[in-house]
Amino acid sequence: MNGWDWSAVADFMPRFWDGLLLTLQVLVLGSLLSFSLGLVWAIGFRSDTRLVRWPVQAVTEFIRNTPLLVQLFFFFFVLPEWGVQFSGLTTGTLAIGLHYSTYTAQVYRAGIDAVPAGQWEAATALSLPLPRTWIAVILPQAIRRIVPALGNYVISMLKDTPLLAGISVLEMLQQSRLESASTFQYTEPLTVVGIAFILIAYPASLLMRALERRLVR
Amino acid sequence: MTAGLWTHWVLPGIWITVQLTVYSAALATVVAFAVGTARTHRSRTVRFLAGLYTEIFRGTSALVLMFWLFFVMPSLFGWALVPMWAAVLALGLSYGAYGAEVVRGALNSVAPAQREAGIALNFTPWQRLRLIMLPQAVPEMIPPFSNLLVELLKGTALVSLLGVADVSFAAYLVRLATQESAQIYSVTLVIYFVLAFLLTRGMRTLERKTKAGIGITTTAGGAR
Repeated sequence: MNGWDWSAVADFMPRFWDGLLLTLQVLVLGSLLSFSLGLVWAIGFRSDTRLVRWPVQAVTEFIRNTPLLVQLFFFFFVLPEWGVQFSGLTTGTLAIGLHYSTYTAQVYRAGIDAVPAGQWEAATALSLPLPRTWIAVILPQAIRRIVPALGNYVISMLKDTPLLAGISVLEMLQQSRLESASTFQYTEPLTVVGIAFILIAYPASLLMRALERRLVR
Repeated sequence: MTAGLWTHWVLPGIWITVQLTVYSAALATVVAFAVGTARTHRSRTVRFLAGLYTEIFRGTSALVLMFWLFFVMPSLFGWALVPMWAAVLALGLSYGAYGAEVVRGALNSVAPAQREAGIALNFTPWQRLRLIMLPQAVPEMIPPFSNLLVELLKGTALVSLLGVADVSFAAYLVRLATQESAQIYSVTLVIYFVLAFLLTRGMRTLERKTKAGIGITTTAGGAR
């Protein structure tokens, strides 16, 4: 049993900032991927033909109901067997983006369903082409409502980035493990990382709640 | 994949995953109801403490919490936990915090007149909660709890990083033994999918039963 050692915290800080930077990088790229891919799935849900609708629903249900960690390992180990050589960081970002795209797809779907049917009819009456209907009429109304919900998934994604330590990406948790492995001090690095998550996630969730009050009516 | 790997690692791994899910879900339910009802308590201090708990445990990452309980608690407090229990504790405490929000929301959605009727009938706060509020709030909680339960099942995969021999850990060992990843990892994903499907089905039945208990009948198609 040993107490708290501030010098160990100071020693960990350089590694911590590197890890934080990488975590944020994964988060930004993963979010962008999940936002765009989720929209693709959501438009697929509304397709006129079952040939598109059913496979999209089946694939997203499957991805959403299986663990991200196993998906990470799947891509990390299986892609090289198929001849695709990606770094752990690229694999991790793609996997986390894909996993969360199945959540954002549900958010987009709810947002799109909430657009009144009259808007679709008006677009038809004006004989707007389908892409224009989506871009100029439906999405601007849908997205405004779903910004807070999307933001909450970004926060969830942040809290899932430590899983990338499993495929040895040097994010915050992996940095703390490396620090502990070289100094044999487990307490300080891990505690710093845990607190860092709360310090980022809590203000972010307050921000989302404020946005929800402003944008969703 | 040989039969030996299957019976020695994968099947016991599935059993460990099921056990982890059941134990963590039990702990999470207790935490959710305790903290969730505490958030509707009349004392401001109790509400604040319950709110603090939810914010801390929802704010941190379940994996970091798991590592913290396993690596830091022994050196800081002198308690060592078996990996399995560190995992159950981490999953139960963090998903309990998510569940507490569900409980609070459902309790708040019960019509205020119901609570007032309880006061008028001179019920104690405990009787009000047990006889009036909870029977009406519980059916409302089940769909969000069902989602959380699937999240919890997915969360159990994290324990493989602590070396608990669950089905994800089994997949890792099988990969090392057979030098083949696609097959075993596909099988593992399907196993999780089937488990999640069974959980969702079970929760849907539970929802129908609890609703029938307070006189709401749902159609067989599950339309709400």
